[in-house]
Amino acid sequence: MSDITKQSLTELVENIKNKKLSSTDVTKAFIDRSEKSMELNAYITNDFTSALDKAKKFDQKPNLDLKLPGIPMAVKDLFCTKNIKTTAGSKILNNFVPTYESTVTENIWNEGAILLGKLNCDEFAMGSSNETSFFGNVQSPIDKNLVPGGSSGGSASAVAGQLTPVTIGTDTGGSIRQPASFTGIVGLKPTYGSCSRYGIVAFASSLDQAGPMAQNVKDCALLHEVISSYDPKDSTSIDFKRNHYSKELTNNIKGKKIGIPKEYRVDGMPKEIEDLWQKGIQYIKDCGAQIIDISLPNTSYALPTYYIVAPAEASSNLARYDGVKYGFRAKGENLIDMYEKTRSEGFGAEVQRRIMIGTYVLSSGYYDAYYLKAQKVRKLIKNDFDDAYKNVDAILTPSTPSSAFKIGEKTNDPVSMYLNDIFTVPVNLAGLPGISIPAGHDSKGYPLGLQIIGKAFDEQNILNIAYAMEEKINFKNKITDWWIK
Amino acid sequence: MSIDLKTIKHISKLARISVDEQRAEKLAGDLNSIFDFIEKLNELKTDNVEPLTSIAETTLKLRSDEVKSKNIREQIIKNSPQDNEDYFVVPKVIE
Repeated sequence: MSDITKQSLTELVENIKNKKLSSTDVTKAFIDRSEKSMELNAYITNDFTSALDKAKKFDQKPNLDLKLPGIPMAVKDLFCTKNIKTTAGSKILNNFVPTYESTVTENIWNEGAILLGKLNCDEFAMGSSNETSFFGNVQSPIDKNLVPGGSSGGSASAVAGQLTPVTIGTDTGGSIRQPASFTGIVGLKPTYGSCSRYGIVAFASSLDQAGPMAQNVKDCALLHEVISSYDPKDSTSIDFKRNHYSKELTNNIKGKKIGIPKEYRVDGMPKEIEDLWQKGIQYIKDCGAQIIDISLPNTSYALPTYYIVAPAEASSNLARYDGVKYGFRAKGENLIDMYEKTRSEGFGAEVQRRIMIGTYVLSSGYYDAYYLKAQKVRKLIKNDFDDAYKNVDAILTPSTPSSAFKIGEKTNDPVSMYLNDIFTVPVNLAGLPGISIPAGHDSKGYPLGLQIIGKAFDEQNILNIAYAMEEKINFKNKITDWWIK
Repeated sequence: MSIDLKTIKHISKLARISVDEQRAEKLAGDLNSIFDFIEKLNELKTDNVEPLTSIAETTLKLRSDEVKSKNIREQIIKNSPQDNEDYFVVPKVIE
């Protein structure tokens, strides 16, 4: 039974459908491994007892027509789960038990999956290393004291460490793709409007998207097919014809035109990243696709734009945490004092920093200089992509400017931490889909990822390119189980 | 540009986050380095650019004005730090 957790989602689904494995077998195996993996600190809350009950119940009357029949799955603790504590990695929501379910998790349970627990993340998804969580650092299964990336760090750690077959994260500026790249797994940020935001703790509403994280591209396509849906409960959910992403997956990408943006060759980028990119370009050619040099001239303005737009939206979204309706409340001498103390004690340093930035750029006298300016530059960044897509079908870039770093290495310098997202942020600003796939290792043996960016609603295309490249790359994640005694 | 302690106090008041002197100084340092980085946007001329206000280029869908959630008072109040029957309780506002 020990090899159950090594199986891909696709294999597990097949084995349950062929009755070679029961949901109970599979659920037990992942619970067992999760219990031996507490040192990773990937979970904030576990629901193991009830997961096992649900698995047994499933096995008594298995519905094998479902897409995720009896598959156990842990999810990022940013998704509201009915009657299961949902914290967003924050002290301010430490006692919050939602009375409703997020649409994407609802979609997952409707296809037969079973909740294992809630996974650690940066507080309110604000971070690139999972170090801002109130519930502590997450360890990467790649190496001790290495960050798994963030904000979906617990999710990345849990998939790479085989504590869950697949998971979902959220991505506002790279929070799925960067941790996927750091831990040697696949992560997809869908087109804005593809997955409902209903029931996801909001960070920056014009950028937030939920997406799948998996061991391979096929699993990623299957999970995306389950979570993507039109939802009237999210006013920005888009009603478009969705593909059967896993069924339509093909490695035939002959004749596709793939753009290489010269502006992503940033100053000080390690040679290892450049080499990886070149290797990726060769794989694309080997698959019979065509490489075209393109320009995205406003790339270097994406991060400064993001650090106006995202904190501005966050300061507005997080105004709801006032100690009155739910969450943590501090004692105060009067109402205002209670608000101020609740938010001062309830939010961590990074969240407070971003609320302050957002409040400042939206405040009287500064709105035009910062927020309006950022919205205009955002338009220019989107125009860059629109122009590029007149000549290419997709774009290939590195996922991150470096491999994973050590815990504590960047915590004192917010700007150097923000630079992690230099290749992922433009994709969110333009509302496009992007996927990170593992493509190699650096000299320390840490995984490195490549990102494929697609046109809006063209997830099938980037999944296909990723699928074709995955076959050529033949990546093997080096997981030593260092944390298991 | 430089954000001084007075500005930090002003923003913290707007954001309803109490900040003591020590944290105010740390925040001023952090915000200044972040805004130095943001200032890069001033290199760009954007006079004739339309601001991007919504990434999803669709008009909002209209729906009929119907009550869908009924009798959820208990659910709404369930997570409140302090309540009394059907009300949220806060520190006294009117003397």
